[in-house]
Amino acid sequence: MLAHFDFDVIARTWQVLLFQGLVFTLQVTALSMLGGIVFGTLLAMMRLSSNMALSRLAAGYVNAMRSLPLVLVIFWFYFLMPYIGAWVTGASQPIRVGAFASALITFILFEACFYCEIMRAGIQSIPRGQANAGYALGFTYWQVMAQIVLPQAFRNMLPVLLTQTIVLFQDVSLVYIISLPDFVTLASKIAQRDGRLVEMYVFVALVYFVVCLTLSQVVKRLQTRLAVATH
Amino acid sequence: MKYNWNWGIFWELSPDATGTYLATLFQGLRWTIATGLSAWLMALVLGSLIGTLRTVRNPTVVRLGDAYVELFRNMPILVQMFLWFFVVPELLPTGLGTWVKQLPNSSFWTAVFALGFFTSARVAEQVKAGIRAQPRGQTMAATALGMTTAQTYRHVLLPMAFRLILPPLTSEFMNVMKNSAVALTIGLMELTARARAMQEFSFQVFEAFTAATLLYLALNLAIVLFMRRLERFVAVPGFTAARDAVAAAH
Amino acid sequence: MKPGASLALAGLSLGLALSTPVLAEPGTLDKIKASGSITLGNRDSSIPFSYLDDKQQPIGYAMDLCLKVVDAVKAELKLPSLKVVYQPVTSATRIPLLANGTIDLECGSTTNNAERQKQVSYTITHFVTANRFVAKKADKLHKLEDLKGKTVTSTSGTTNIKQITELNAARNLGLTILPAKDHAEGFLMVETGRAAAFVMDDILLAGLVANAQNAGGYTISDDALSVEPYGIMVRKDDPAFKKVVDDAMTKIYKSGQLSAIYDKWFVKAIPPRGITLSIPMSAAMKKVVAHPTDTADPAFYAN
Repeated sequence: MLAHFDFDVIARTWQVLLFQGLVFTLQVTALSMLGGIVFGTLLAMMRLSSNMALSRLAAGYVNAMRSLPLVLVIFWFYFLMPYIGAWVTGASQPIRVGAFASALITFILFEACFYCEIMRAGIQSIPRGQANAGYALGFTYWQVMAQIVLPQAFRNMLPVLLTQTIVLFQDVSLVYIISLPDFVTLASKIAQRDGRLVEMYVFVALVYFVVCLTLSQVVKRLQTRLAVATH
Repeated sequence: MKYNWNWGIFWELSPDATGTYLATLFQGLRWTIATGLSAWLMALVLGSLIGTLRTVRNPTVVRLGDAYVELFRNMPILVQMFLWFFVVPELLPTGLGTWVKQLPNSSFWTAVFALGFFTSARVAEQVKAGIRAQPRGQTMAATALGMTTAQTYRHVLLPMAFRLILPPLTSEFMNVMKNSAVALTIGLMELTARARAMQEFSFQVFEAFTAATLLYLALNLAIVLFMRRLERFVAVPGFTAARDAVAAAH
Repeated sequence: MKPGASLALAGLSLGLALSTPVLAEPGTLDKIKASGSITLGNRDSSIPFSYLDDKQQPIGYAMDLCLKVVDAVKAELKLPSLKVVYQPVTSATRIPLLANGTIDLECGSTTNNAERQKQVSYTITHFVTANRFVAKKADKLHKLEDLKGKTVTSTSGTTNIKQITELNAARNLGLTILPAKDHAEGFLMVETGRAAAFVMDDILLAGLVANAQNAGGYTISDDALSVEPYGIMVRKDDPAFKKVVDDAMTKIYKSGQLSAIYDKWFVKAIPPRGITLSIPMSAAMKKVVAHPTDTADPAFYAN
């Protein structure tokens, strides 16, 4: 069967696949990472807050999200988003949410739960004394967080945050189920149109493998460098 | 913008005439559990083996183990499922390929394979970390007692390693259950697929997804409670410090 | 996890879901006017109704009809610069996406039936087809009974998969039914031997077979499982918008424009590969052209 491997179909389509499909995937990944880390950090601060209601709310959200398959969450948001949009903006009727925005919001809200757990560990790893010193100097809570705790927590957790981002990059492939034009969806369309499943899916697997392996090696390097720097 | 709510839909007969919509959702839950459990068993066995091999002294074996982990960790589970479902049967000799494709429940077996390999790489990472986390004195003591390498792993290193990594294993166990939903792309009628089918047949989107959500929450709760019991059951007194060391390493 | 908290959250989201849709309703026309754009739901492999050409642009018979309707909306709202937005939908997503306001018109190959009318409305029927199945010629499968005990596939979210599910139960066929994401994937299941047959509307099957690598290697079953009138979907309970759409469609039918559009897609060569389907207009469809209707009643189309 490998003898029949048709490199031609890849030669004809790789530009569309990479420059449209993979770029879509990477854009969703990058923006969801940023949004997810910001929202996740807020969730972590809520979870660690002394306000019981806030901390319960954040914990409930994180735990519920983490119990659900991403596939189900994608379906939920895809159908529910326009209603939520109307509710948030106060519009009198559901608003149209584009495919890209829908995917982005879904991943931000979902991945934030995983970033939250990482940032929570990061914040807890900073000795209380540092925050207390900040308060003693007259800093507010937000100043202590922004200037003392979070920069260190972020730095300590950088490798773990990046590892989670690699997972996120892989997770984005699941938008296939709602036919958004990501790397896998485009490849599957071409595969079906030209009857070239084997070639297309092997190509997709290879690209993912190379990208993820490279990223994880970078993270490993970073990890050793950080470890050396702190000791 | 009309959405007609109908919570009574769960008691209506589904088109496959095997029962109510609620019954088909539970049928889906059973497939989710069957797929998740089978894949989890496979992942535990393979993952423990590979994880152990990655800690032995032979560098070739270690490198092979590392390659295995990188292979299954660096591709999305969706793509791995497509590889097993669409690609592998085409690479087999024609007769065998056709046999695989026409296997009853071929979606189920494909999903178990794909999830099993995918998860085994993660289990292998944990097992390796669990073995590495133990003080070298353990191995030395075992050697001094005259144990072989195999005996050292069997009686000293692995039992403690598994106790150490129980918490991360719990989340992997939950992950394998959740990831089984990806198998709806290859036609497995598990819980999410049933909820989607119910939505398509009855057009009650939000009722269907709410029910699936509650069932997943219940499933997770069950796993957490079970693993907590297991943890307490196998606990060795005075052994929490080492575990914290592993937890911190993650 | 803390079960109490999670349950509270589930309750919260449920309450949110419950409370939102009960809103006063400005119609689709207001929405289009306010946003300056109209969104058409398009399919990716409903040949020749709504599918993607080589440049991944949506084209097809239903798309052409929808664009005529858009012209009528432009005239109605006096908005010559109205923007047309395309949103890809699948069989499974089209109804929720129409209901939740993502799309305004669904331009594809959607069966009009009484059950779906609980959630959506349809304009004038634009095609009449029947539910059949395609199989490999070599397998010699012609009747439903020939499929006994085999694996068959159909597209999830269609009336076809629902019907085969019901028939499977009613006639004890012992089928394994594999849901496919879209028509191309369903046909692929038969091509690769994953399924013995693909159950779908015969017109779509004809389109898929004509485009297949080995078009001569497939047969479409003799047994017709049902009559399926297709309609463009509009949101339910929006009579003002439906009237604009219905009037536009009726005008196309009465003015004779329809036969030109019909021939373009069903009689002449179609993109991307210049294949000709050669399907003249059926008696049922001729009846619709003479008496434009949006009925879902199969009896109307049967004789």
